[in-house]
Amino acid sequence: MTDISTSITPAASPTPGRKRAEVSPPTQSTSMYKAREPIFPKLVHGKFRRIKWIFMAVSLGIYYLLPWLRWDRGPTLPDQAVLLDFAHQRLYIFGLEIWAQEFYYVTGLLIISALLLFLVTALAGRVWCGYACPQTVWTDLMIAVERIWQGDRNARMKLAKAPWSLDKTWRLAGTHVSWLLIGLATGGALVFYFADAPTLFMELVSFEAPAIAYIFIGIFTATTYVLGGLSREQVCTYMCPWPRIQGAMFDADSLLITYRGFRGEPRGPHKKGDTWEGRGDCIDCNQCVVACPAGIDIRNGAQLECIQCALCIDACDEIMTKVGRPTKLIAYDTYRNLEAEAHGKRAPIRLIRPRTILYAGLTALVGGLMLFGLSQKTIFEMNVVPDRNPLFVQLSDGSIRNGYEIRLLNKRRETRSFGLSVSVPEAKINVVGIDGENPPITVAPDDLRSIKVYVSVPREKAATLGATTPITITARDRDDGTETARETTFKGPGR
Amino acid sequence: MADKHEQTVDPHTGTATTGHEWDGIAELNTPLPRWWLWTFYACIIWSFAYWVAYPTWPLVSDYTKGILGYSERTNVTEALQAVRDSQAKLNEAIVKDSFADIKANPQLLNFAMAGGKVAFGDNCAACHGRGAQGAAGFPNLNDDNWLWGGTFDQILQTIQYGIRSGHPEARISQMPAFGVDGLLTPSQIDDTAEFVRSLSNLPHDGAAAERGKAVFQGDGACVTCHGDDGKGNPEVGAPNLTANIWLYGGTKEAIVTQITTGHGGVMPAWSGRLDPATIKKLAIYVHSLGGGQ
Repeated sequence: MTDISTSITPAASPTPGRKRAEVSPPTQSTSMYKAREPIFPKLVHGKFRRIKWIFMAVSLGIYYLLPWLRWDRGPTLPDQAVLLDFAHQRLYIFGLEIWAQEFYYVTGLLIISALLLFLVTALAGRVWCGYACPQTVWTDLMIAVERIWQGDRNARMKLAKAPWSLDKTWRLAGTHVSWLLIGLATGGALVFYFADAPTLFMELVSFEAPAIAYIFIGIFTATTYVLGGLSREQVCTYMCPWPRIQGAMFDADSLLITYRGFRGEPRGPHKKGDTWEGRGDCIDCNQCVVACPAGIDIRNGAQLECIQCALCIDACDEIMTKVGRPTKLIAYDTYRNLEAEAHGKRAPIRLIRPRTILYAGLTALVGGLMLFGLSQKTIFEMNVVPDRNPLFVQLSDGSIRNGYEIRLLNKRRETRSFGLSVSVPEAKINVVGIDGENPPITVAPDDLRSIKVYVSVPREKAATLGATTPITITARDRDDGTETARETTFKGPGR
Repeated sequence: MADKHEQTVDPHTGTATTGHEWDGIAELNTPLPRWWLWTFYACIIWSFAYWVAYPTWPLVSDYTKGILGYSERTNVTEALQAVRDSQAKLNEAIVKDSFADIKANPQLLNFAMAGGKVAFGDNCAACHGRGAQGAAGFPNLNDDNWLWGGTFDQILQTIQYGIRSGHPEARISQMPAFGVDGLLTPSQIDDTAEFVRSLSNLPHDGAAAERGKAVFQGDGACVTCHGDDGKGNPEVGAPNLTANIWLYGGTKEAIVTQITTGHGGVMPAWSGRLDPATIKKLAIYVHSLGGGQ
């Protein structure tokens, strides 16, 4: 890891043209607080803007439409493709069905998500923040809506300064009502993940849905409106911990959005026909600043507020093309390469390095474990817990009896009947609550049945067994003959 | 900031400093967003609303109740009452239904078993052990060897009235103290003990056991209760002597002591202490421990 703090100071002071916010030395004590400065991001066109539009459409499409997707699981189970069924403690994801006791799959998914986040950050910086984070996607959507109602940057700035009028009122009202409707749709879509979407929708519109549904829709409407519509970049700058963590995730080989100071400086206005000799390529047109949804100047180098959304790249590339200079004055690049290029060399991108190998390896490991677990998923499971108190009981005829708590899990859609057997042929099996020796045990469809089983070994056989004998208890499906076996122990007084 | 410092602008960031400086490190004055301050004020106002709405301030012997009348203690009491109410129907059914009916109804059986297990831990485990495994002088309830009978009704009766408990309905039959009261001579008792060990196939002195057999059937009249074959009689609480399961131990000394003193334990009567539903649940639970007949 090279020290990157000293590598590049792009804007060599003093700079011609515009500087960062001029601060005159304060005469009285400066305020401890300041109001949010409203930001009016300008619409840009270009490669990354297009990627972001596509990403927004796909992710929002998935979010809003997924609950409506059907997936046939037979008559007894819900036919919703993705459903978090709290009442029955199940999670349905297409063909996958996760029971409450298999919740570690969800943990695995979360671990994989975190590792992928680390990997992507090590490779290309805050890609998650810039393209995929819900805060970014919804803020982007809210800004697009605002643009529809109020026009682009200049019009919005004018409107904000303008005195109240009928025109301003209906434009602002339209904006906020649209935001609230988006919030309502967002909260509404979320509750559909927890109940059958069409049913719940009908209940919601006829005001018969459970109160909890309305409460959650209300909460998420409010948060979407406040965070996406009103707070925007304030969430990333002041509320979110991720910007503070990102410093540990980058290194000199991560692709970050950077301004190439060595090429751009000294900056200054440029008239058509003037020479480009003896000056930088940056014409100080400020397009990168007005495009920025965080309201910062990328030319000041890496900043906490920058979510690396790449909109400044699009803005700058457009200008560079216009003035006939090469693009990529602002671009995804590594600090190592930037340093090299400043000295006229090149440093190739190294995607494979210890950090990325580690993250990718861990991701593969956890993913492999989960796939292995899923491949071992059975439609019938058994747990055997031997009684610990008393360990064994001697009966009047001298035989030795052990008790076991056996849980049979029938994941099939129909009632199944099971027979038990023990690896000691002389043993007798009795089930509490079911008469007869070794009776068939029926388990309801999609259900778990807990039974108490007594295994007795006659005196002569018990005399040959030690204090602890490993035995196997096998449950056999009486319909199709599939078997599940569990190792356990048989305790006795010893010889 | 009582003392005035010279406030400058940091050349690297363009941010004003507070004028504080430690070893050449200046403190930047990066202002907090104002909305955050308002959020803080809103939280303070919220806390005042809380004082009004919820219990807040402890007083000398009381506390401020709040206008919503919220009380966690009441909530718990209500929740417990709700559980009791929800169980009331099941408990009624337990009292009303026959053992066979309860066994045929999985919901009722599970309820009875769960309740029985808890009640057993609270009331019976002190003598019989947490796993009902018993101890010297306290019967093991897991096996199929019963002093007073292992049918559901017999277990129920034992739990209700106890054994030698002083309850008018309690069973009180008592083994004579053959040695203490001089009914048998020590040598006869010794021989009888050898015979009793032979009944359970334990190592014994054959000649003495032969003599003991005569005492068992003659002078001692042990057969009256324990039966000709020594298999015992639950009607009078006489243990089975052939099963090698001993209440007071199966060593020669323990058997001699028992014949000499005729010791018999006491189990309290539970009717009146526990409600009928609980007693029935206990009987179902004990019956299910594997020895029920």
